[in-house]
Amino acid sequence: MIMRKHGPVLALGALLLAGLVAPFADRSTTPGFYVEVLLGGLMAGVLYSLVALGFALIFKASGVFNFAQGAMVLFAALAVARLGEQMPLWAAIPLGMAIMVALAWLIERLVLRPLVNQEAIALFMATLGVTFFLDGFGQTIWGSDIYKIELGIAKEPVMVLQSVFQGGILVNAEDFIAAVVAAALVAGLALFFQMTPTGRALRAVADDHQAAQSIGIPLNRMWVIVWSVAGIVALVAGVIWGAKLGVQFSLSQVALKALPVVILGGFTSIAGAIVGGLIIGVGEKMAEVFLGPILVKAFDLAGGGIENWFAYMLALLFLLVRPEGLFGEKHIDRV
Amino acid sequence: MFYRENGQFKSSYASDQQMLPILQDRLFMAGLLVIAFAAVPFFATDYLFLSLLIPFLILALAAIGLNLVVGYCGQISLGHAAFMAVGAYAAYNLVLRLPQLNFLVVLVLAGLIAAAVGLVFGIPSLRIKGLYLGVATLAAQFFMDWLFARVKWFTNYAHSGSVQTAPVEVFGWIVDTPVEKYLFLLVVLIVFTLIAKNLVRSHIGREWMAIRDMDVAAEVIGIRPVYAKLTAFAVSSFYVGVAGALWGFVHLGSWEPLAFSLTLSLNLLFMIIIGGMGSLLGSYFGAAFILMLPILLNQVPAMLGVPISTAMASHLEFMIFGALIVFFLIVEPHGLARLWAIGKEKLRLWPFPH
Repeated sequence: MIMRKHGPVLALGALLLAGLVAPFADRSTTPGFYVEVLLGGLMAGVLYSLVALGFALIFKASGVFNFAQGAMVLFAALAVARLGEQMPLWAAIPLGMAIMVALAWLIERLVLRPLVNQEAIALFMATLGVTFFLDGFGQTIWGSDIYKIELGIAKEPVMVLQSVFQGGILVNAEDFIAAVVAAALVAGLALFFQMTPTGRALRAVADDHQAAQSIGIPLNRMWVIVWSVAGIVALVAGVIWGAKLGVQFSLSQVALKALPVVILGGFTSIAGAIVGGLIIGVGEKMAEVFLGPILVKAFDLAGGGIENWFAYMLALLFLLVRPEGLFGEKHIDRV
Repeated sequence: MFYRENGQFKSSYASDQQMLPILQDRLFMAGLLVIAFAAVPFFATDYLFLSLLIPFLILALAAIGLNLVVGYCGQISLGHAAFMAVGAYAAYNLVLRLPQLNFLVVLVLAGLIAAAVGLVFGIPSLRIKGLYLGVATLAAQFFMDWLFARVKWFTNYAHSGSVQTAPVEVFGWIVDTPVEKYLFLLVVLIVFTLIAKNLVRSHIGREWMAIRDMDVAAEVIGIRPVYAKLTAFAVSSFYVGVAGALWGFVHLGSWEPLAFSLTLSLNLLFMIIIGGMGSLLGSYFGAAFILMLPILLNQVPAMLGVPISTAMASHLEFMIFGALIVFFLIVEPHGLARLWAIGKEKLRLWPFPH
């Protein structure tokens, strides 16, 4: 019985494990290099999680699939980078947050409120419009060059665990701090959702809009709050990515990488966004490093680059087995 | 006063079920066709053909295809440009490897290949729906982008990754000048529109719409969701594949995988949302709107005499485009086709208020 119910999930888990072990089939893979790839994947995964978190928050509270999350990441990063040129970072970041809150308020006022009660697809398209607008607006007011954010963390990778692995492992202090920040953010959000009255109200809104409204929860204010929180999460993601890669237009494409994370983790689950992000991050790096060369050799490809679609295929496989994602709520349809 | 249907009695099933039941509609359509076939080729300039009319005809076809699956069957797809790419590359390889084939046959075969691929990527729709499905279809987009960029066989080992095509030849007629291209595409579009119109009026289209309106209820009354959803994906991909082949061969002439990127997918989606979901007419409106908008936006600053840099212009274009999308969704979430329908209703009563 258990086998029947969980069979596909177990099979998928076994497949993932096999994927993790497979690189060792090639003798030339050293454990040190393997762990390095694994860690690199986890770090990328943390950053995907941060973006995915923004998606999940908004979807949970307002049922809107916010395609503009990537544009918000870019916008926030641009704001912090340009403000950082004028003032110290400790002032630029709060100011950036204030800008994101103002943006959330504007989006609620100008986009969401007039579209209330429309179908999900109309709202989704509206966020696409917001994406275009923010991409253009951000570059109009902040400029469209490549900017730097200096977090004041050493960029040089550090060798660790030289005693355990041959050659040691290269770790970026930056990546490590990113992981810590992400963990702190998630813990903070969890506390916010579970412990505060606002968090409870948000969960109520997520559960049932009408019921929440009927017991006196101000829907509009809740939306502003949740979009603000998503904006701040976007800012954190943007600052970390920006410090790593430089702030430029391609930052908004990171969101496309975060989409498979949300469908894999389940649209409504914060835990799903985190776990999904880690799975996608690791899977992608592993595939690129270990599977890519094999494919290139086997099919005579013009270069690898399979990480562009690998995450999506992974998510698709997951969806075929568990349509609601890893942690999503099971949906029961009634006629 | 002029647009009314009283006095027009339907005395047979055939007349009851015809596509344009009102005489004035038929006259209007006939006039439109006469203008499109006879007047436009004489008055339009080459610039108008190349930058507006030819892309319009092809994108309208693609929008119809997307509308079949999104608007009629309710299955969101964010990756339809991928199927355009499949159609284009399939046609390229067919022409390359089987040069004796007639282009029309190539077109149909390319459509069928795209339909097969669409069928595969439509399989997730059996398990997931709504926006989950939308994201899942992005897999098609990214996978196909990668496939055509990396697998050299598809581009016939071209160094730059871009492919060139010769002008299309149909039964000895070489479609080369803008006017010829326009007429050829017009015929193709009309044929495919007629097929689509009859498809959505038939039992297949009704099944799609039942699935769209409520899939569980549709299943309960005996509609097979697997069959309905997959046929929708297949037919839609067929249309889009044909449009892709035309886009490559007739409009672009030479292209690289970037020509069918996510931007095109999103633009197709914008077309049917702004034009009207579940409406063939809306696909035309949407295609025209999305095509004309950037051209108009480019003209406006020049007309106002405000010189702006090209980078600024493109940013502004993005902004205005986004804002207009939101504006249209707020003002008329059912699209331009609904405005058209409202206009017709008004015209029925005009000039008497009741």
